[in-house]
Amino acid sequence: MNLRIIKAGVLDTVQDMGRYGWQHLGVNPGGAMDKLSAKVANILAGNDTNEAVIEMHFPASSFFFEQPALIAISGADFSASVNGDEVPMLHPIIVSKYSILQFHKVVTGARAYLAIKGGLDIPGWLNSYSTHLKAGAGGFKGRSLQNDDEVSLKKHSDLCNVIGKKEFIVLPWKADIVWDHDSGEQIYLLEGNEFNKLSGESKDRFLRQTYTITSQSDRMGYQMKGELLYMDANEEVVSSAVNFGTIQLLPGGQLTVLMADHQTTGGYPRLAHVISAHHSKLAQLKPGDTIRFRFVSMSTAEELLVKQHQHLIQLNNASVFRLQQYLNGQN
Amino acid sequence: MELSSVSYQIAPLGDTAVLVDFGNQIDENINQEVLARAIQLQENLPDVIEVVPAYSSLVIHYDIIKWKKNLAKESLVFDRLKKVIEELLSQSLQIVQTKARQIRIPVCYEAEFAPDMQDLASTNNLTNDEVVSLHLSATYRVYMLGFLPGFCYLGQVNEKIAMPRKPQPHPVVAGSVGIAGRQTGIYPFASPGGWRIIGRTPLKLFDSNAPSPALLSAGDYVQFYSIDGNEFNYIQNSNIFPEGT
Repeated sequence: MNLRIIKAGVLDTVQDMGRYGWQHLGVNPGGAMDKLSAKVANILAGNDTNEAVIEMHFPASSFFFEQPALIAISGADFSASVNGDEVPMLHPIIVSKYSILQFHKVVTGARAYLAIKGGLDIPGWLNSYSTHLKAGAGGFKGRSLQNDDEVSLKKHSDLCNVIGKKEFIVLPWKADIVWDHDSGEQIYLLEGNEFNKLSGESKDRFLRQTYTITSQSDRMGYQMKGELLYMDANEEVVSSAVNFGTIQLLPGGQLTVLMADHQTTGGYPRLAHVISAHHSKLAQLKPGDTIRFRFVSMSTAEELLVKQHQHLIQLNNASVFRLQQYLNGQN
Repeated sequence: MELSSVSYQIAPLGDTAVLVDFGNQIDENINQEVLARAIQLQENLPDVIEVVPAYSSLVIHYDIIKWKKNLAKESLVFDRLKKVIEELLSQSLQIVQTKARQIRIPVCYEAEFAPDMQDLASTNNLTNDEVVSLHLSATYRVYMLGFLPGFCYLGQVNEKIAMPRKPQPHPVVAGSVGIAGRQTGIYPFASPGGWRIIGRTPLKLFDSNAPSPALLSAGDYVQFYSIDGNEFNYIQNSNIFPEGT
């Protein structure tokens, strides 16, 4: 059974939680930009959280299902429809054979995720399904999805009985993804190794000003526009490893925030690191959006990440239970 | 050889990784310590995702959720991890001296493969041939891989052919051999880059189909040798593997 791409999107790739263990060879982890949303989609579809999903940017692909499938959409809201009828995000949806899934406009966010029960039947590369565009490896043929691609799906979950003659069924539960009520639009940071080398004025400016994400932003990193920052002395940093969320000061005084496809090492001063619990929020920002930064303590960063993790565990438990109950009730 | 612990600093690199910095410099002994410590930490630290060595520092990516599970609620994973790292680094390390791999890499320095040769030569008051012979005159250590899959940072070139990187990145062809400061390196893929390109190798530095996809590893030594355009084409079309000793 296949998932056919009837109209390719601008940048739709297969991703998972990333490719770890190869950064010493210069191979970056990659993976979904918004890993939290990718996990939520998998949970709703009854998958392991690390299962391969399709990450979509807008305009997104149109998909044709050759068999019934249980799917879930999370992340950005691109106004999805099945056979022309609007369908909600964050619900499991069973679609019938020959259904067409399309996305119509950007309502919120930058990246949407499509998970399909059973997962995608594609070969892994270096223990991951993530697409490495630079190496042309991993994911679906090492590239973004194109017209007429046929992506095999792993399991033929027998959904024919459930779907009957209906075109699709939206299952009656929705993932509650709100786990953080406090931070609003702010992006929380931990201090980076070279932050203290900024001039006093630049330190203030960094925290005071509103940054705009420029159109030069992509899966590798976000280029930020704000008033320029300066260091007291221009010290060279010998190349050293960097991380998802590392904020580097470029020679011109602007900032770049490293994202999923970041290079493994860099020599620019590391001013700060976006806390992991806010990576998802960051990944849903798009060019033109503005952000403000705030430093938090390591204990806040760790607590928030644990809180997010616990929220996901609860979501998973509830979801597994309801899905099982639903499918049993139907058979 | 026995390594007693040198001085280092531990700092967070976000909330899921730790930076151990052995002193912001390019030095063969420090790099050797970094590589040995990377192995030690990878093998002895629990719940480590990966350790990424660089010139004079290494980064440990850890599974914070697993670490948290074994700690009291109010304790910081970072503090605990730092302590464990310090304990490991206080142990002296017996380094088994194995013969480092020596790899010979062919480079064509002809004009069509060397867009920045003229610039680098005139800036350093050298002829093109002098630049080539100085580049060939040394065996270089692979200090680290990074930036792109398989990109190797080699050092250090003779000061006479050193040159800072370009202020703005330019498109660079796969296989290009460049100079940045006293580093030399090879671009495995076409990419924007700021290094001064003085030649190109026909060898594939990174093969995603190979079980061990990168041609070079940190700690290897590289000796370049000069080839002409015909040899370049011949090697490129025949998939010759480099000679290792």
